[in-house]
Amino acid sequence: MAHVPNPRPTGDFRATYAADRTLFRTRNETMAVLAGVVLVALCPLVFGGYVLSQLIMIGIYGIAALGLNVLTGMTGQISLGHGAFFGFGAFASAWISGNGIPVLIAIPLAGLMTMAVGMIFGIPAARLKGLYLAIATLASQYILQDFFARADWFTGGTYGSLAETASFFGFQLNSDARYLYLVLFWVVVAFVAVANLARTRDGRALVAVRDHYLSAEIMGINLTRYRILSFGISSFFAGIGGALYGHYLGFVSAEGFTIILSIEFLAMIIIGGLGSVSGSLLGAAFILLLPQAMEVFANGVATVVPAIAQGTAYIKQMSVGAAIILFLVLEPEGLVHRWRMTRASWKLFPFSH
Amino acid sequence: MADRGSVILKVDDVSVRFGGVKALSNVSFDVRKGELFSLIGPNGAGKTSMLNCISGRYRPTSGNIAWQGDDLLKHSINDRASLGIGRTFQNLALFGHMSVLDNILVGRHHRMKNNFVTGMFYWVGGARREELKERRFVETIIDFLEIQHVRNEPAGILSYGLRKRVELARAIAIEPELILLDEPMAGMNLEEKEDMARFIIALREEFDMTIMMIEHDMGVVMDLSDRVAVLDFGRVIAAGSPEEVLADEHVKKAYLGEDDEMLDALAAEEAEAVA
Repeated sequence: MAHVPNPRPTGDFRATYAADRTLFRTRNETMAVLAGVVLVALCPLVFGGYVLSQLIMIGIYGIAALGLNVLTGMTGQISLGHGAFFGFGAFASAWISGNGIPVLIAIPLAGLMTMAVGMIFGIPAARLKGLYLAIATLASQYILQDFFARADWFTGGTYGSLAETASFFGFQLNSDARYLYLVLFWVVVAFVAVANLARTRDGRALVAVRDHYLSAEIMGINLTRYRILSFGISSFFAGIGGALYGHYLGFVSAEGFTIILSIEFLAMIIIGGLGSVSGSLLGAAFILLLPQAMEVFANGVATVVPAIAQGTAYIKQMSVGAAIILFLVLEPEGLVHRWRMTRASWKLFPFSH
Repeated sequence: MADRGSVILKVDDVSVRFGGVKALSNVSFDVRKGELFSLIGPNGAGKTSMLNCISGRYRPTSGNIAWQGDDLLKHSINDRASLGIGRTFQNLALFGHMSVLDNILVGRHHRMKNNFVTGMFYWVGGARREELKERRFVETIIDFLEIQHVRNEPAGILSYGLRKRVELARAIAIEPELILLDEPMAGMNLEEKEDMARFIIALREEFDMTIMMIEHDMGVVMDLSDRVAVLDFGRVIAAGSPEEVLADEHVKKAYLGEDDEMLDALAAEEAEAVA
């Protein structure tokens, strides 16, 4: 584990314990995050549909990746079924809102339903660790996928189900610009909640279970309880992400929620930074934007070398793969670590330590 | 709360077998409130196995362990903290990626009430107040063990001596009545050992804890302990005050071997080397 120095700016003192346990480390960091939220909120004034839809998808995937980061990053339990929980949230919210409950209420309810399902599928975690648990969660992926295809009453079976448009006291959130605010709200809520979790009792207990479960138990931490709770929290955010996804597309079908999606979520948190709250969002952005950047890259190459114009699709796929591999080799601790290193070098310049 | 000098932990006829291996055979001893009780013995004698029985990691094959008159063996491992038993580990068992501060705060886990829901809402529901209150207590431990300078460092990057100290801090944070120390001085240099000895003595006075210690450094054990039990091949071969134990024939045999002629030869060699 690398230690990255992060000296505080001059004049920014902490004189109380409360000031030492703030959500963000420094005043500048707080201002930067607030500015980021305001900037995203202003985006609909400037940008068109494409940028907004990308922001919405980054937010949605970011929330779900954050959930997986609680499970895999904080608690150290690998899950290959996160995509299915994401899908369950989408179906659950479509089903709840289809029964006459407003969408804005259906979304958190779907989160809670997914949480319950996730805790049931998390029970094997009480006994299984590492690769064995990974296989057990793989089973949950396939069980849920089968459920999506067969439970007509709940998911519409092979036809899929319609998810109603969200509305706020009659105000329809039916455009990207409007929906962005709903996603932004949940992003802020989810990330603040998990950041708070990380600095309180149960969050510490989860990390303790990951780092050394034997001594965690001696400290009075009930391992079974926290392992299953971790699945619950993780599934809750997967469910919220899925619900937002369903209402955004307006239509939910089982094809999207395969093992590929589960692995993409894993890729997001590994690239973003395992165990890092902000890394989840960075990783989601990276995984979503990389294929598009690579498409631009491949088309650019094709204009220079017309001979390969037929193969741009392959070049795009290969470049995505290569970029991910290079990233893992060069920055195994994730985007967040890279950012911390950059920040440290700014602060300490021109000295190296 | 038991009176000083009364028996709080009673180990009665405990045996532990792993397949055909007898780690412990019919071990009995008791620990009294307020004392410093040491368990010594050669490597593989079963000292850590005994500690693991008390802290719940192992289940005795036969025998009983009573904690303040109550059957300890019916409780699960994670009940030990609230029962008032804390421990440190022989091979460091810190949470490597957490800061020293958070490591020690984990020790407060069983005394805290906020959960994942109130924790997520931090500002409402009392989590903030509780976290800050516990922080204050943790700072007294940090001051006591003189680890202020590393409180924000990840525990995994600290030096060995400091990590041992953080482990002790985490065990103190449980505020146990009985603290089990598994080789607190192993691998330390003289200065670090002196510091640790100072902390262990102060532990009894400042935090009013009963201490049960496993240690190989005989000088430390004999200087600090009120009573000592000696294990060899899973049996108690001697118990009593440090002087009594040192004078015991069985103990000499266990530590130095049985051949008197060889001992004499060794003594002669030593005398030569000094001369």
